Amino acid sequence: MKKTLHRFTLSVNGQEHSCEVEARLLLSDFLRHELGLTGTHVGCEHGVCGACTILFDGQAVRSCLMFAVQARGHEITTVEGLAAHQDRLHPLQQAFWEAHGLQCGFCTPGILMTLIPFLAENPSPTEAEIREAISGNLCRCTGYQSIVEAVELAAERSEKS
Amino acid sequence: MKPAPFDYLKPATLEEALAIKAQLGEDAKVLAGGQSLIPTMNYRLVQPAALIDLNELSELDHIHVDGEGNLRIGAMTRQRRVEFDSTVKKVAPLLHETLPFVAHPQIRNRGTIGGSLVHADPASELPVIALATGVRCRAKSIHTERWIPAEDFFMGMFMTALQPEEILVEISLPAMLSRTGWSFMEVSRRKGDYAMMGVATMVSLDGEGRCAEGGLVYLNAGDGPVKAKRAADVLKGEKYSEALVEKSAWEASRKEIDPFGSVHASIDYQRHLAYVLTKRALERAFERAQASDI
Ligand SMILES: Cc1cc2nc3c(=O)[nH]c(=O)nc-3n(C[C@H](O)[C@H](O)[C@H](O)COP(=O)(O)OP(=O)(O)OC[C@H]3O[C@@H](n4cnc5c(N)ncnc54)[C@H](O)[C@@H]3O)c2cc1C
Ligand code: FES
Ligand code: FES
Repeated sequence: MKKTLHRFTLSVNGQEHSCEVEARLLLSDFLRHELGLTGTHVGCEHGVCGACTILFDGQAVRSCLMFAVQARGHEITTVEGLAAHQDRLHPLQQAFWEAHGLQCGFCTPGILMTLIPFLAENPSPTEAEIREAISGNLCRCTGYQSIVEAVELAAERSEKS
Repeated sequence: MKPAPFDYLKPATLEEALAIKAQLGEDAKVLAGGQSLIPTMNYRLVQPAALIDLNELSELDHIHVDGEGNLRIGAMTRQRRVEFDSTVKKVAPLLHETLPFVAHPQIRNRGTIGGSLVHADPASELPVIALATGVRCRAKSIHTERWIPAEDFFMGMFMTALQPEEILVEISLPAMLSRTGWSFMEVSRRKGDYAMMGVATMVSLDGEGRCAEGGLVYLNAGDGPVKAKRAADVLKGEKYSEALVEKSAWEASRKEIDPFGSVHASIDYQRHLAYVLTKRALERAFERAQASDI
């Protein structure tokens, strides 16, 4: 089989990129190795851990279960695109920081990207709903309790503002 | 953990996709949501020579009710879209109730109705629903078109009746009979994981409240979705009673299903789950049928 390169443009965190990739390149590897956006983590490469979760046209998806070529013409948001400024965290990130929603931080980008559309659809979730929302994201450190508290804190604040 | 090289083909129309399939047959795999295919490619368990990406074919992404009252869903319709569709909720409440059990939201955002059916995993929810509701699958090749009833579509573990040159284009789900109740229940270790046992049931009542039609279909209970025919026969002509659903649950869980057991659940435990779930699901279905006014 001949090695064919595919040329196309896509938008990542609001920036247009033109690229040239092999079809078999996973979107997760494209983001990390071609664009240097290493905030998207890779844990299992079979859809189970959720560390690679990104937004694809605004919806949370596994970037390890897509090929980069499939992103042609689509909009991608990674964890690097959350904070509006380098020195100011996104309110959800701020809540994670304050409520100790992370320890090693490996799972955090995937959990944040899962929660962004979830909180947009459901701004004041119950604890059970939060736990279900992150059921597709594995965390080996926190035991989830502090993650749930961080989400509750973020939801509470957005209600007030 | 990286896929082997393949040719990436992205047809602009279904016609074009079918022409490629006719030419390449088994060597070319259809790429739907990729939520089962890409993990197996990452593991190099499958190494297709070519992928035919159907993701931009909007003609395969639709939900509507046809002139005869059947619910038609395009093969490429995302599971998450079906989950929140108000028509589906109204005319196919069993499908609506079941979708949240299919993996996690992130997977359902990509995963398609067609992909789940063609993957034909005995542990999957949607093949069970297809069998329980009497779905028909519309398969097309470049020169042929046929409707395959769910009963004939699933041919065993990860096997369907589709021919190498065929693509599943849509499914048709018949309107429910009047006075019908339904229920889907499963038990998994963690929400969104494949379940250790699960059952879908539909119960239709006659004017006197006796069961006219009943159906019970199980996941993870054999090498495909397993229909418990004798357990359903137990219900026929009978009114609801605790003893009745116990008898039916016993028949299904002890005699009709054939679970394999796994590290998560022994065969005995799977049978136990099937017994308890069947009782509860039947109770719920009878309740709903009795409350239904259509
Ligand atoms: C972490 C995780 C958890 C999961 N948990 C569950 C679960 O609990 N329950 C469950 O049911 N599933 C589960 N799944 C699987 C998921 O539901 C998949 O979406 C589904 O099985 C496949 O759909 P797809 O559209 O992604 O198909 P793909 O992965 O793209 O395709 C699957 C197979 O079907 C073929 N195919 C697809 N569409 C067509 C078509 N129209 N015509 C002909 N051939 C076609 C492909 O060539 C391939 O062989 C899980 C997946 C992951 C990664
Ligand atoms: S790396 Fe994608 S889900 Fe684990
Ligand atoms: S903080 Fe370490 S894996 Fe979640």
